[in-house]
Amino acid sequence: MTDQTANGPMLAADGTPLKQSLNRALRRQKLRAFLLIAPLLIFVLVTFIAPIGDMLFRSVQNDIVADTLPRTVAALSKWNAESGAPPEEPVYRALASDLLIAVAEKTHTQLGTRLNYEDSGFSSLLRGTGRDVDDMGEDVTKALVAIDPIWDEPTTWTNLLGEPAWVSAQADWDKAGGKTAEPPFVLSPVAQQNLPLTSAAFADFARVMQTVKNDSPTEKRPWNTVAIGLTEDLKANPAAAGAFGTEWQPALSAIVAAAQMGTIPAANFTAAFTESDKAWATPQPWSIIKIFSPRFTSGYFLNAVDLKMTADGIAPRADSERVYIMLFLRTMILSLAITGTCILLGYPVAWLLANLPPRTANLLMILVLLPFWTSLLVRTSAWKVLLQQQGVINDLLVWAGLVADENRLVLINNQTGTIIAMTHILLPFMILPLYSVMKTIPPSYLRAAKSLGATDWTAFWRVYFPQSIPGIGAGSILVFILAIGYYITPELVGGAKGVFISNRIAYHIGTSLNWGLAAALGSLLLIVVLVLYWVYDRIVGIDNVKLG
Amino acid sequence: MTLKSLLSATALAMLPLGAGAAFAEDLPPCDNCSDSMVLMSWGGAYQASQVAAYAEPYAKLTGVKITWDEGSNEAIAKMRAASEAGNMTYSLVDVEGPDSQRACDEGLAEEIDFDKVLAAAPDGTPASKDFGAAMINECFVPQIVFSTTFGYRTDVKEWNGKVPEDLCAIFDLQTFPGMRALEKRPKKNLEWALLCDGVSKDELYTVLSTKEGVDRALAKLDTIKDHVVWWSAGAETPQLLADGEVVMGSTYNGRLFSAIVEQKQPIAMLWDWEVFDFDGWVVPKGLDEAQKNRVMHFLNFATDTQRLADQAKYISYGPARASSQPLVSKHATLGIEMAPFMPTNPANQKNYLVNNIEWWADNQDAVEVAFQNWLSK
Repeated sequence: MTDQTANGPMLAADGTPLKQSLNRALRRQKLRAFLLIAPLLIFVLVTFIAPIGDMLFRSVQNDIVADTLPRTVAALSKWNAESGAPPEEPVYRALASDLLIAVAEKTHTQLGTRLNYEDSGFSSLLRGTGRDVDDMGEDVTKALVAIDPIWDEPTTWTNLLGEPAWVSAQADWDKAGGKTAEPPFVLSPVAQQNLPLTSAAFADFARVMQTVKNDSPTEKRPWNTVAIGLTEDLKANPAAAGAFGTEWQPALSAIVAAAQMGTIPAANFTAAFTESDKAWATPQPWSIIKIFSPRFTSGYFLNAVDLKMTADGIAPRADSERVYIMLFLRTMILSLAITGTCILLGYPVAWLLANLPPRTANLLMILVLLPFWTSLLVRTSAWKVLLQQQGVINDLLVWAGLVADENRLVLINNQTGTIIAMTHILLPFMILPLYSVMKTIPPSYLRAAKSLGATDWTAFWRVYFPQSIPGIGAGSILVFILAIGYYITPELVGGAKGVFISNRIAYHIGTSLNWGLAAALGSLLLIVVLVLYWVYDRIVGIDNVKLG
Repeated sequence: MTLKSLLSATALAMLPLGAGAAFAEDLPPCDNCSDSMVLMSWGGAYQASQVAAYAEPYAKLTGVKITWDEGSNEAIAKMRAASEAGNMTYSLVDVEGPDSQRACDEGLAEEIDFDKVLAAAPDGTPASKDFGAAMINECFVPQIVFSTTFGYRTDVKEWNGKVPEDLCAIFDLQTFPGMRALEKRPKKNLEWALLCDGVSKDELYTVLSTKEGVDRALAKLDTIKDHVVWWSAGAETPQLLADGEVVMGSTYNGRLFSAIVEQKQPIAMLWDWEVFDFDGWVVPKGLDEAQKNRVMHFLNFATDTQRLADQAKYISYGPARASSQPLVSKHATLGIEMAPFMPTNPANQKNYLVNNIEWWADNQDAVEVAFQNWLSK
């Protein structure tokens, strides 16, 4: 205590406070330790945590509806699904505008696939309507062309609505043979100000033509929504006809006159959609779009626990659609059964391994490890040969007269098959931790118990067994957690009733391509494992688990 | 000059004299084309038939290096993953009809201008006409027609000499006792169940579109549920039949062909209400220009009339082109006539269904859950 001054802190040899100096040394040590594990940490983060995180994120991700149908989603916000009536005309028109773009970009089919998960039939509904949407409102365009044939010319529209600089740039591009990049379409400010609906619709059209179709908007007559926009713009603001200079005045004034006389038919998208598919006249598809329009959804998780979202809130799925809770339960129960049989079969083997003379024990150890080193698929296929009705085991039983030939045992393609094959495959994961724990139990304890008068059973049960529990704990955790996520063995020998939840996850990843649902099921499985681990820690205590 | 290019130069110089002359004239030059391709297919006997019928001849003629990936049973998942990663590693992918629909719908596959890309028939019929009904969507280049049908053992004592003559023998446990093998999927099984429950072919999908229809089909399947082994890979049924584990079962006709003809098992085929399906190529989106040119060049060669007919020498699936049918001849090594084993043979088509891709695309998810639920009860 010579360094301690009367009222100052303790100082190190160089005069800095001891605490500070110690911290610095420790920090350097920590940094060095961190650098040592950094390669592994980065490897795990990049190749494991990040992809899995990304995959699991899909279970709540739902950008597609808002991205594909932005106008419809905005228009639907005012509609009340509980009213029992379909929405008004503006919503239908918004959907038509969205679908025209989506069809060109081919995203409407992806959207159909997404919404089909929630309401089967949505995919064909969107595909069918996608085919018809191009023709909706055709009568308005025809009426304009009847008034003046110039409206049939694509260049009329580009000249009217495009910025003059763009119009000449586009003409130059066209003249050069379209070899270079197409100049992106620019709206003229006059058009934007005087014909807002027309401009908005045409800007979408031009963008789609240039970016998706790699074509020039000067070569294709625009969508009907543009003609409809023009009619309505001029009807609402007849003065706009004069805003474009004298050359445009006659053509635009003719439309104003016709619009006021009512010779141009009003666009009726409600009727057009209903004609395309009667379902659009019901609130059902609209409420599905509205419910699933947010960018994050609980839909996949609800589906994973056999629930669904409806206009009235969360509701259980129909009886025939409930399958996942049952599969989760089955996975738990079968995994528990497999863990149980592994304990029963593994314990005596581990005891032998720990107590036989080294030479015999080594041989036995090789016998335990040999199947462990054999390919999983080979072992599972071998079980198929052994267990089938015309297989080795049944043949032996029939030969021994234990089973009648016509009543051969059904040992495969059911839960029995799964339990037998998986017990065999997971057995080493039980034996090895048990063995390493038993190896540390001194044999003298048993001898001491017996010399004090205990029977064999008492000596085992009161002295030996309690000391081997950490091994059972470690083996059980290993086997149970491996079993719960097993996939290939149940698939091959489980038949219909012996498959696990992981088989459904694999199905949704590989076949049905419902990755959102697969991610939700996977997340739930992970949560279940973590919860069980926590419960286990509370009951047994994780400190009591020993791997050796 | 390397030895290889020297050899091909010599070969080219000799061509006008050799038998390969027709080949060389058939093959137009390929400008700005890559010199390698990655093809995804099914592996096994099917891929072998593709290699023998057109991949190897093409590689020989052009010197293109072809790498195979045996991933077709999860083709769409793989294409989607590659597309999301922004790195399309497959040049051409072999898929079944419904998967091509999926790829097309998801924007994973290129739309193809059939008459521009594919060769016309020898008589000048444009490709789009020659393929006819096999062109199920604008992304799919069909190669073969296959069917899912039933095979049965010919030596079952309990049947007292009777053999199944129609589909509904599957549901007749009295006359034909024993285990059956069915696919662990609702598709086809539900259709067969309804057909044997008295629904006519025309009403099939109208009935199946209702919940009652699905329940009705499942109720029919319930009558044999305890006598069914469910398979998920096409190779299982021939194996189960050969082992005597089942007495009849559904699988792809080519699998039965090899069990019967090549392995001489006591199995026979039941041609009744088989379900037709197409298998073919899709070109993934996101290929660079040179890859795309190469793939289109290959497609033109690999799906012409003669090459598709050649493929049928190695496997008993029917060519998807009408003009290839008359050219189907004998098995390449066994020397037996292939026509009786072909799903396209009129004698095998007294009753049949064509896979209803549209209906299944829409209803797959809902029906699948109902089916799985039924299975596990």
